[in-house]
Amino acid sequence: MDQLLNELDWSVIVQYKDLFIRGVVTTIELTVVAICIGLLIGLILGFMQISGKKWLVIPAKLYVDLFRGTPLFLQILTIHFAVLPTLFEDILGLETPDAMVSAFVALSMNAGAYISEIFRGGILSIEKGQMEAARSLGMTYAQAMRLVILPQAVKRMLPPLGNEFIALLKDTSLVTVIAVNDITYAAFVTAKNTFVRWSPYIAAGVMYLVLTLILSRIVFHLEKRFNTSSKKG
Amino acid sequence: MITVENLNKYFGDHHVLKEINVQIQEREVVCVIGPSGSGKSTFLRCLNLLERVSSGRIVVNGFDLTDPKTDINRVRTDVGMVFQQFELFPHKKVLDNITLAPIHVRKMEKAEAEKKALALLEKVGLEEKADAYPGELSGGQKQRVAIARALAMDPKLMLFDEPTSALDPEMVKEVLDVMKQLAGEGMTMVVVTHEMGFAREAGDRVLFMDDGKILEEGTPEQIFEQPRHERLKSFLSKVL
Repeated sequence: MDQLLNELDWSVIVQYKDLFIRGVVTTIELTVVAICIGLLIGLILGFMQISGKKWLVIPAKLYVDLFRGTPLFLQILTIHFAVLPTLFEDILGLETPDAMVSAFVALSMNAGAYISEIFRGGILSIEKGQMEAARSLGMTYAQAMRLVILPQAVKRMLPPLGNEFIALLKDTSLVTVIAVNDITYAAFVTAKNTFVRWSPYIAAGVMYLVLTLILSRIVFHLEKRFNTSSKKG
Repeated sequence: MITVENLNKYFGDHHVLKEINVQIQEREVVCVIGPSGSGKSTFLRCLNLLERVSSGRIVVNGFDLTDPKTDINRVRTDVGMVFQQFELFPHKKVLDNITLAPIHVRKMEKAEAEKKALALLEKVGLEEKADAYPGELSGGQKQRVAIARALAMDPKLMLFDEPTSALDPEMVKEVLDVMKQLAGEGMTMVVVTHEMGFAREAGDRVLFMDDGKILEEGTPEQIFEQPRHERLKSFLSKVL
């Protein structure tokens, strides 16, 4: 019993609070950047896939297969220890950027693959007649996409995008392996240094839980806004 | 206004349109009738290049559609199209459905486009629905909005692809009435339809299509009173 109480020593969180604060900030940074760049990559890959042009479709499909078919953990290790050092040191003759950059690159590229599938599915779910109606009014393909297809598709993309964002937030914890100071890293280091087994991990779990709850509320509000701005049809 | 020469269309190995030759004059109302799968809709969709043409030549308003240099978007601004499934934009209010293309394609001022849209809604009898969403309208109302949307571009030519086929029977008349009014005003119209009453009453000319060919054409009287082809006779005996 004494030992258990010892393992539930919350003072270590206070003692290591700087590490945890930096962890929360880093986790948020990683999530936000990976969402933004992932959306951009996903949008480009999504359009490549629905373009119907082989020279665009095939590279996009290979990219998606590669990043969805291999573990994110392995992707982080590969990018940090192989791709970026080779690129920066051997090819560009520069210093290898720090682990945070590797984390951004790996998470964004991975998210881009998943998000492109969501874009593709959302756009293809809009009936063919909508594009034809828009084109028959003289709109260009780009106008029809922007004014008619995408506003409808985004509404259908939001729920799967929300899932993807939450999964992404949790997956940022994997960057602990390359010593990026995220929440998980803070817990790991605190537990290792203080020999308190439970508290650091429970505290980290609670932090993730709060962040995912906030994120899912944001997505929920976005969904609600899109639903009221376009009633059933 | 429309010249179609030796038009052929294949879907894979399937020869859907076979050597179609048609001339359509300004202010003419041409109805295309025929059994399902005869290529009527495909023919109509070739007239604004929603279907790619396999071979032959189509000239609309002086633009050669089969010339790859032709700006198809420019051609389409003058060719209105009404679809069987309406295809209103569900995320836009009725008024915005109508003003979308005038604002973004014709670069019309918003206020002017809205004024015009309201006038068109009045014409189709739906001015009170300007702020409704398409999902709140009946089928007949949707189709009348779709007609107003096409008219907002001031088309020189209107294409109708079975505009009443997806409607409940009691809503067919309200749509046909709007189309008759348009025909009366001198709009050039090509109408693919199963409404023989409309073809007879509003059509200047009727084309009977079967198996990808125009088998017979003539005035409504010729087609409905003195059909020559056996195929047309048997078709009419089933639909009239």
